[in-house]
Amino acid sequence: MTFIIIKLHLNNLIMEEGKQLESFEAKIAAGHKIEPKDWMPEAYRKQLIRMMSQHAHSEIVGMLPEGNWITRAPSLRRKAILLAKVQDEAGHGLYLYSAVETLGVDRTELLHQLHTGKAKYSSIFNYPTLTWADIGAIGWLVDGAAIMNQTALARGSYGPYSRAMVRICKEESFHNRQGYEIMMTLAKGTSEQKQMAQDALNRWWWPSIMMLGPSDDQSPNSDQLMRWKVKMESNDAIRERFIDRTIPQAEFIGLTIPDKDMKFDEKTGHYSHGKINWDEFFDVIKGNGPCNAKRLKDRNDADKNGRWVRDAAIAYAEKQLKEKQAS
Amino acid sequence: MSNDSQWPVWEVFLQGNPGIPHKHVGNVHATDAEMAIQNARDVYTRRSEGISIWVVPANAISASSPEDQGAFFEPSNDKPYRHPTFYKIPEGVKYL
Repeated sequence: MTFIIIKLHLNNLIMEEGKQLESFEAKIAAGHKIEPKDWMPEAYRKQLIRMMSQHAHSEIVGMLPEGNWITRAPSLRRKAILLAKVQDEAGHGLYLYSAVETLGVDRTELLHQLHTGKAKYSSIFNYPTLTWADIGAIGWLVDGAAIMNQTALARGSYGPYSRAMVRICKEESFHNRQGYEIMMTLAKGTSEQKQMAQDALNRWWWPSIMMLGPSDDQSPNSDQLMRWKVKMESNDAIRERFIDRTIPQAEFIGLTIPDKDMKFDEKTGHYSHGKINWDEFFDVIKGNGPCNAKRLKDRNDADKNGRWVRDAAIAYAEKQLKEKQAS
Repeated sequence: MSNDSQWPVWEVFLQGNPGIPHKHVGNVHATDAEMAIQNARDVYTRRSEGISIWVVPANAISASSPEDQGAFFEPSNDKPYRHPTFYKIPEGVKYL
């Protein structure tokens, strides 16, 4: 008897869940956003937590290679701009952590995953910034590629993520332009300066097109994630758009894309690129890039060294509250 | 204090221009209201997006529940006569 009741109860639950899924999918198909308190499938929540936290981690780890040049920016103007840009990246991290928290995960937990190496961040930030031109290349190429990805994600179904993306995209445009301006200035400078810009392009080009993710045959987009508008476009489609837009920009300032096989395909109206070294990409993801260990150490140090500030601030706030209550 | 605290969450409301309502823009972590307002300024108004900030402890907000949305807002659905378009006014009549 009890067994039958439990079974009936389970059946009801499954039916209930089926109905909820149906209305969830209908909402997305109609172009409505899913909000934090709405019902959502567990797979949707999990995938979003994974994607959004990786995105948040990428923003704050991305502050490290650029922060590296703040003290050595070539002029006060450049220094002020770079400071503002790196501060933006911190802001982007905060928007995103706050958006992930709406899915019921605590920021402390997310940071713990980053610091213990359990969570990933974008492969691109494991490359070093060797010269000033690298700061130009990052703004132009890395932020340029990120904009392609993020404008697609802004159309995604999860409200808090999509709104964070809209905000971020507005700010990225400044990052992109200031990077191009650095490259343009160097390209118009002395032959050493032009060489420095070309060298930065040579080193950042391939990692930048790789950061948009494995090619579609290696990363089959599940229909479900597309249907749920968690993923909006395939990696290759976004990569193609990035390349199409970037090549004329390089040509305009007289720099050469380091890909001998890159050519414009009249038939498709797109550039086709040479073979991407995916082994390198997966190797960097696995932790073997030039700076993985350093990035993780710097993040852990920042967290450890800032701990007393967090503790002191909370102790002070508690003391203030007690004094207020006593008086 | 063995637990590392990322500080309580405060919801942030921003007034973009004089005369318009404050609008929810996101949240920040902070130990008290004063710090929440400063953090909100740094996170949400780096490009002069606001002239006034409200912060509210996130746990002080009560909200209607999405599951009851239909039933909860239903009472107004069958009262189209609350809208001016419900009434047919002859063509020649002005200022109505």
